[in-house]
Amino acid sequence: MQSHILSIVLFTPLAGLLVLLLIPGQNKFLIRLWANIAAALGFLVSVPMLLSFDRAKDGYQFVERADWIPSLGVQYLIGVDGISLLMVMLTTVMGFLAIFSSWTSIKDREKEYYAMFLLQQVGMVGVFISLDFLLFYTFWELVLVPMYFIIGIWGGPRKLYAAIKFFLYTLAGGVLMLLGILTLYFQYAQQFGRYTFEIAELMKLNMPLGLQQWVFWAFFLGFAIKVPMFPFHTWLPDAHTEAPTAGSVILAAVLLKMGTYGFIRFSLPLLPNASSDRTIVTILATLSLIGILYGAFVSLVQKDWKKLVAYSSVSHLGFCTLGIFALNQNGIAGSIIQQINHGISTGMLFLIVGVIYERRHTREIKEFGGLAHVMPNYAIVFAIAMLSSAGLPLLNGFVGEFTILQGAFEANKIWAAFAVLGIIFGAAYLLWLYQRTMLGEITNEKNRGLKDLNWREWAVFVPLIIWAVTIGVYPKPYFDILEKPVAQIVHRVHQSANMPLAAATVVPPIAAEARVR
Amino acid sequence: MPGNYMPSAAELFRFSPELLLTAAGTLLMIFEAITSPKQKRSLPVFAFLSLLAALALAVAASSDPGPAFNRMLQVDGFATFFRVLVMAIGAVTILISTNYLKQAEHEGGEFYSLVLFSVVGQCLMATANELIMIFIGIEVSSIATYVLAGYLRDDKRNNEAALKYFLLGSFATAFLLYGVAWIYGTTGTTNLSGVRGVLLDPQNAPNAILISVALGLVLVGLLFKVSAVPFQSWAPDVYQGAPAPVTAFMATGPKAAAFAAFLRITMWAFEPVKNHWIPVLWFTAIATMIVGNFAALRQSNVKRLLAYSSIAHAGYVLVALTAASKTGTEAAMFYMVSYAAMNLGAFAVIAHVARKGERRVEIDDFAGLGNRQPLTAAIFTVFLLSLIGVPLTGGFFAKFYVFKAALDSQLIALTIVGLLNSAVAAFYYLRLIVIMYMQPAPEGVDTLPEPSLGIRTALVACSLATVVLGVFPSLVLDIAGRGASFIR
Repeated sequence: MQSHILSIVLFTPLAGLLVLLLIPGQNKFLIRLWANIAAALGFLVSVPMLLSFDRAKDGYQFVERADWIPSLGVQYLIGVDGISLLMVMLTTVMGFLAIFSSWTSIKDREKEYYAMFLLQQVGMVGVFISLDFLLFYTFWELVLVPMYFIIGIWGGPRKLYAAIKFFLYTLAGGVLMLLGILTLYFQYAQQFGRYTFEIAELMKLNMPLGLQQWVFWAFFLGFAIKVPMFPFHTWLPDAHTEAPTAGSVILAAVLLKMGTYGFIRFSLPLLPNASSDRTIVTILATLSLIGILYGAFVSLVQKDWKKLVAYSSVSHLGFCTLGIFALNQNGIAGSIIQQINHGISTGMLFLIVGVIYERRHTREIKEFGGLAHVMPNYAIVFAIAMLSSAGLPLLNGFVGEFTILQGAFEANKIWAAFAVLGIIFGAAYLLWLYQRTMLGEITNEKNRGLKDLNWREWAVFVPLIIWAVTIGVYPKPYFDILEKPVAQIVHRVHQSANMPLAAATVVPPIAAEARVR
Repeated sequence: MPGNYMPSAAELFRFSPELLLTAAGTLLMIFEAITSPKQKRSLPVFAFLSLLAALALAVAASSDPGPAFNRMLQVDGFATFFRVLVMAIGAVTILISTNYLKQAEHEGGEFYSLVLFSVVGQCLMATANELIMIFIGIEVSSIATYVLAGYLRDDKRNNEAALKYFLLGSFATAFLLYGVAWIYGTTGTTNLSGVRGVLLDPQNAPNAILISVALGLVLVGLLFKVSAVPFQSWAPDVYQGAPAPVTAFMATGPKAAAFAAFLRITMWAFEPVKNHWIPVLWFTAIATMIVGNFAALRQSNVKRLLAYSSIAHAGYVLVALTAASKTGTEAAMFYMVSYAAMNLGAFAVIAHVARKGERRVEIDDFAGLGNRQPLTAAIFTVFLLSLIGVPLTGGFFAKFYVFKAALDSQLIALTIVGLLNSAVAAFYYLRLIVIMYMQPAPEGVDTLPEPSLGIRTALVACSLATVVLGVFPSLVLDIAGRGASFIR
């Protein structure tokens, strides 16, 4: 018996979108209201999934399987393990909050705006639950379209440039990834005599190291552009700066995670020999470290508040990729937790920029100063977000960064040393930003009459703050849920590395029956 | 052929769609002369219905496949696939044309009758099992299209397009015909199955050089018809100059039929010597993709832009042909279907926006369309996304199958070039989307009337087809697979 809970999570936003299209365009209140209801429903239907998920089990749960294109062996095959479960929850929560935060800030073409957000929810959830590679690719590319419109229509002054750059970068990465996917597909057909895109099946492949490396680099381009890793990051500051607030929130909180998720879900288990290859690991770790430090340095000199947050993303995502390529339990688990953390804290930081931008219509840091006097609540929220992003103990960022550092230290002490530097600079640019905008005397008369947070803004921030604190104080549930899937990936990478080109054995079982071993 | 030859009933049945269309086309000419202007309104309806009837006959005829007229024609799954496709293209063309011709004050039965004749020619190309029949098919289709390209005879651009198309087209067909003569000279037959038989026979294998020259000449003609590099230069001028509905037709119908003939010649008759033509197609495919895409980047006229885009798309299909496998044939067949859906749709939007005299065909004329006519703009966006190859549209699976077939045949370099090209192509399609949604309409722009019923029907049909092909590609792919097995 299949449970359809995942399909419900996947298609609720789509159903909401279809209803939304029926609402006449003039009725703006109804459109806003319905979009919020649909997004809230999208979140609510994902809660039972979280509650009934059995973390003691191996492999994927809530698996649904149906033929999609039988002649090619493409299936509608979805399921979640601990990793994807967390990602789906991140998507449904952040998606709702992003839509909720747009209530007053979007006044133009609202119907299209909310339609794009709901469509994006479908794509993002789909990416995280697909267990068929072509299905995954479909959702992966699908996500591009709404974000392109969100930046291009509702974005800032240089929105056209930013939107096209975003689309072309990610598309170029995507097509090369497709090449890698097809290579695996044909390799599988050669070795097993039938065609499939099923990931669990593709894991049985036994490929020579050289070929694995080629495929790895093809995947790398797709994922690294999305993350984005240095030197493919240049689209990100543009996209972030020009996107509307909610767009930036989703982009930072969820979209970038598609890239890191791709590394964890596909590169590592499918290409274990290449992923643990010395040269490749060194290159990837070096790029991550460059990203950490470069992102931090560039953040230090930004004049634009939002651009600063955007570059800080490059730095934080560097930690995530570093953790992945430490190739050990701590590194990868830390990386996933840090991805959630980054979603929460950077999402909050973008929302904070959005709040002030809505009031002042500028993001120049030097326009502000002493805001804590006029907006005390706002200053408190900003302080929490900033400290969570900087990795203060008892807040979420600390848990992720610390675990990643632990993993990096186990893998290579020099990496850990450089990464610690990144944390120091990270604290520096964040504290300095806070000091320049919030503390001291009010330097600009225009800021004197600014209103503090209203109830709607509070309603967006409070859940995020609570989430940040709970992860920081009690991260155990997250580690528990991640333990098995991460252990499986780590085991697979190391086992294949030690026995090069031996038949791979550990394959996460997909069928419910196979799970009971 | 014996002098007292009488076709059997079964043969006539297999040929019935063409017979019906020829009769309908002739009747249209007569009606045109004897009906009052008011009654003329029903002529496109008549043409449309006869296309649908012929389409139904073609489907019915596929239940009894086999040769006709002394093996001149071969009605099989492959032929049926392309026959249905070109008839559907003809029907959509009529939907797009009616309002356009009304605005141009050039309504007339002969337009529709020419469309029908052109479709007949294309059906012949798809069905022919004989080089002479392919030639006749090309001529019937082309001559009708030449006239259509210059249909608005008072329009200078129309005249220029028609003349250019006619001169270059005749030249290319002459090459083809000369190639046919060479083939006859070396193999002693013009029947495709006969040629294949001779090439397969190790006892009296023809001279390799002679057969290569012969095939080369035929390829020149075919590559011209599909507007592949280096025979592409006519396409932008002709596509730009011809009336928009005719451009829609030219870009899809004759191209689909030419690829049908192309596939039968390369994958059936000359399949035994495929090592001779694969390298040629390899270079042509790469050059066509690159030239088409990079030239399209610089265009400001939408029709011209789509002309270059359709050159690039011909390049993708050539990749499938270069694969020289059954999967390649299937991929090419699927590609032509989704290509037809998205291109007809896109040109329908252009015909709608361009209006009388086609003064609004610059990219900037689409500014603010997202605000002015949200639904039209949304549908146009679907076509453009499909042309880019975004998943869940027909264009994605079209490209996907092509590159899958190419990889299957170890054409790795070709695949990489093709994939990168499709990323480049995204840029110029995105420009159109940008203009429609992200730039406001200029001050004082005249209001765009609602699309006519015909255009609306065409848009809905094409966008539905594009999405269905993207979500359930198996529907068409399985039919293409069965069709492809007849020639390979």
